[in-house]
Amino acid sequence: MTEYGHQAADEVWECARCGVPLEPREISVSYLDSAFPVELLRCPKCGQTLVSEELALGKMIEVEKQLEDK
Amino acid sequence: MEQLELHQLEDHCIQEHLPPCTAACPIHVDVRGVLAELGRGNSAAALTLLNKTLPFPGIIGRVCDHPCQTACNRKDAGEALEIAALERACAEWGGPPTPPKVFPKKGKRVAVVGGGLSGLTAAFDLVRKGYAVVLFETDGRLGGSLWEISEELLPRTLLMEETRRVEALGVEIRLNAPIADESALAELSATFDVVYLAVGTLSACSFGLALDAQGCVQVDPVTFATDRAGVFAGGGMLHRPGESSFVLAMSEGRRAAISIDRYLQKVSLTAARYNEGPYVTRLYTNTEGIDPLPAVSMSDPRAGYTQAEASQEAHRCLQCECMECVKVCEYLEHFDGYPKKYIRQIYNNLSIVKGTRYANTFVNSCSLCGLCAEVCPEDLDMGEVCRRARQIMVAQDRMPPSAHEFALRDMAFSNSDKFALTRHAPGTEASAYLFFPGCQLSASAPQQVEKTYVYLREVLSGGVGLMLRCCGAPAEWAGRTDLFEEVQAGFMADYRALGSPQVILACSSCYRIFKEYLPDVTCVSLWDLFDAHGLPEEAGAVPQEGRAPLAVHDPCTTRHESHIHESVRHILERLGCPVEELLLSREKTECCSYGGLMWLANPELARDVVRRRIGESPTDYVTYCAMCRDFFAAQGKPTLHLLDLLFPLSVEGYGSEGVDGARRGPGYSQRHENRIRLKRHLLRDVWGEHVETERGDEMIPLRFTEAVQERLEQRLILVEDIQAVIAFAEKTGTKFVNRETGHFLTHYKPNNVTYWVEYAPEGDGFVIFNAYSHRMELVEEESA
Repeated sequence: MTEYGHQAADEVWECARCGVPLEPREISVSYLDSAFPVELLRCPKCGQTLVSEELALGKMIEVEKQLEDK
Repeated sequence: MEQLELHQLEDHCIQEHLPPCTAACPIHVDVRGVLAELGRGNSAAALTLLNKTLPFPGIIGRVCDHPCQTACNRKDAGEALEIAALERACAEWGGPPTPPKVFPKKGKRVAVVGGGLSGLTAAFDLVRKGYAVVLFETDGRLGGSLWEISEELLPRTLLMEETRRVEALGVEIRLNAPIADESALAELSATFDVVYLAVGTLSACSFGLALDAQGCVQVDPVTFATDRAGVFAGGGMLHRPGESSFVLAMSEGRRAAISIDRYLQKVSLTAARYNEGPYVTRLYTNTEGIDPLPAVSMSDPRAGYTQAEASQEAHRCLQCECMECVKVCEYLEHFDGYPKKYIRQIYNNLSIVKGTRYANTFVNSCSLCGLCAEVCPEDLDMGEVCRRARQIMVAQDRMPPSAHEFALRDMAFSNSDKFALTRHAPGTEASAYLFFPGCQLSASAPQQVEKTYVYLREVLSGGVGLMLRCCGAPAEWAGRTDLFEEVQAGFMADYRALGSPQVILACSSCYRIFKEYLPDVTCVSLWDLFDAHGLPEEAGAVPQEGRAPLAVHDPCTTRHESHIHESVRHILERLGCPVEELLLSREKTECCSYGGLMWLANPELARDVVRRRIGESPTDYVTYCAMCRDFFAAQGKPTLHLLDLLFPLSVEGYGSEGVDGARRGPGYSQRHENRIRLKRHLLRDVWGEHVETERGDEMIPLRFTEAVQERLEQRLILVEDIQAVIAFAEKTGTKFVNRETGHFLTHYKPNNVTYWVEYAPEGDGFVIFNAYSHRMELVEEESA
C-alpha cells in the first residue's frame, strides 16, 4: 500500500490525550491472515493511530475485497 | 459441490444445445451462424463458415431435401427460412472457397469405392486427415446419381467443378474403374488398409457382405463398419431406393471417415459418439410475440436469391437460443452468461485452492427468488445452485465476511431482548393462534402490526398469542446453517411453551421459511385470514369511490402460494380497488432485491433490479411485503403495503408517519428503533406493563444533518454503532482533536468493523460530522 501520511491543511489532527502532533510511522495492518505495512499518522507517545476516510474507503476497501476473494 | 452434482445441474441448461436446423441437418451445418453472417451482408464469411461442415455447398444448396427447414422455428412466426436457397446464394456470392487445411501424410492408404456424394465426402475428409486416398468410380465422371438431377437445377459446370475439388486436395481419382464383385473387394482389401464402399443403390452385387431384412448392406449404425474387418459402407447401399437423400449420404460418408480414422489409429470406434446423425434438439426457443414474417421471394426463382434478397431473407432468422431465464432476470443478465456457464464458474470457484475466487460476487448476488426455475423449460433453479454454493463457501470458511454480516447482525438484534417477545394474549393462558409479524414489517410499519394484533384478537377465538422475532431467513440466505438452526431452535422452544398454536404469518419470507423448514408447525397467511374473516372496520374509513387502480406486486416468496395471490386480490376487490396485473406476477413475479441479501452483497445490481421492476408499469404498486414496498418507494415508485389500505389511519409515535405510497421507509437505525418501540408499546398498551428498556450508550443524544444521515445509511453505519464509539472515546480519552475546528475524531471496534466518527460535543449530546468504517485491523497497541 502507498503512503497516507499526509494531511490536508484543514485536517490537522493531534492526539487529544497526549496533546502532541502526529508523526508518520510504518504500521502493520492485517485482514484475514494477511498483513501489510502502511505508513500512517500516529501519536509518538501513546501509539494511537489514525486512518483517514480516504484510506478507509479507498485502498483499504479495495484490499479487503481482494483478500475476501482469495 | 461434487463433479457429478455439477454435471447433472449443468445438463439442465440447454442454452448450448444446437438450434433445431443444425440438429436436424445430417451433417450439422451451422445454419444459425451462416445466416447471421448473410444477414449482415457478409457472404464471404458466411461461405467460410458453411465450408467448415459442407464440402460441396453449390451442389448441396441445389439438391438438398433440407430437413433443416422443417425443423426451423420461424415456421411458428411466418414461414420457415429458405435455408437451402440461402446456402446456394452463399456459394454463389461468397467468392471462391478457401482451400481446406490438409494434415501431414500418415502413410496409410484408403480405397473409396463410388464417386457419388457419400464417397466424395469420405474421400474429402480422409485426405484432409492425411491419408492417401484412391477413389474408384465405375463411370467416366464423378458425381454418381447427381447426374440424374436436371441440368437446369444443377448446372454441369458446377457439378464438375465442385466434385473436382477432392482431386485438388490430393485424392487419386480412377474413373472407369468398377469394383463390381466380392473378389474385386478382396483384392482392394489386400492392397489398401481400409475400404469405404459407397456405390449407391445395390443392384446385383452385395460384395458378399451381410445384408439386413430389407436386402441392404448391414452396418453398425454408429460406425458404419460392415461385418468384414477394414470394410466400411455408407450411402444409398444402406437404404432402399428413395429412402436416402444426398445430405444423408454425405453424413454417412463423414461418419464412416471418422470410424476409418479411428480404425487406422487403433482407438475405440464407438467412444463418445452421439448425435452424429440428424436428431431433435433439446434447445427451446420462445417464439411468442415475434412478428410473423413470410419468406422473402426471389425476383428470378431459377437464378436463386440475389445478394440483397439473400441478406434480407437471412435477416428473418430468429438466431435460436433459449435464454428464458436471462430474459427475465436482471442478475443473470448482468454477469453476461447463462446458467451452464455460471455453474461451471461456480464449480471452479468452489474448487480453487490458491487464487482469486472470481465468482464470489456472482454467488452472493442472486436473490434466490426462483423465477429462473419457473421460466426454465428444464426447471433449472440457479437460486438453489447459489444457495448450495453459499453453504459450501461457509463450510470451507471462504465466505467473504463483508457479504452478509450487516443482515446477520440485524437478525441477532431482532432475536435479542431488544425486540424478541413471546406472550399469550393478555388475560389468557392458552393460545389457539400465534401472531408472528416478522422483523421487517415490525421495523417498517410497527403501528400496523399493533393494529393487526388488535384485529386478530377481535376476530379469532381461542386466544391469539404474539411472538416478535426474526424467522432466520437472513441466515438461510447467507448459507449460515449454524445460525439458522440456532434461530429455529429458539423459535421452537418458545412456540412449544405456548402450546404449539397455529402461526399467523404476515411476511411471505417467514411463510416460506416456516413451510420449508418447519413442516410440523401449522401456519396460515395473514392475508388468507383477512380474506376469510372480513376487513377491519378502519378499512372503510377512506372512501372507496373512485379509488385509483393499483398494480399488484406479489412478493417473490409467495411464488408457489396461489392461495395468497387469490386472497390478496379478493381483499383489494373488497376495498374497491381496481387491480392491474403486471406481466410478471403471481408464480412469475420478480424479487425486489431484498431476497437472498442481494441488496447487501451487490447494491449496484440491486438498484438495477428495483429500477427494472418499478418500470414495468406507470401505475402505482401495491404489495404485501414491507421490504418490497420500502425498496420501491426508495427509488421513487409510489407503493402501498396492503396494510396501508386495511389500516389507513396513521398513529403517532414512530419515525415514519402516514400511509402515503411515496413515503420513504425508515432507515436502518430507525428500523432498530421502531422494533424497540413496538415491543415497548405492545407491552404497555396490550399487557399494561411499563418497561424500562436497558439502554446504555443508546441514550447518548446525537444530532446529524440530513446529508450525514444519508451517508451513514449508505455506509451501513448505525446510530448505535456511533454511540458505542463515542461512549468509548469519552470514557477512555482515546481520540484526536483538530484545534482549528474543535472536532474530535475517534475510532472503536465493537464487532468485526472499526468505526471512525468525527464529532463535537453539543449541549447534552454530540453533533456528528462524519463516519466511516473498515475491516482491516491496526496493530497499534504497543507504545512507540
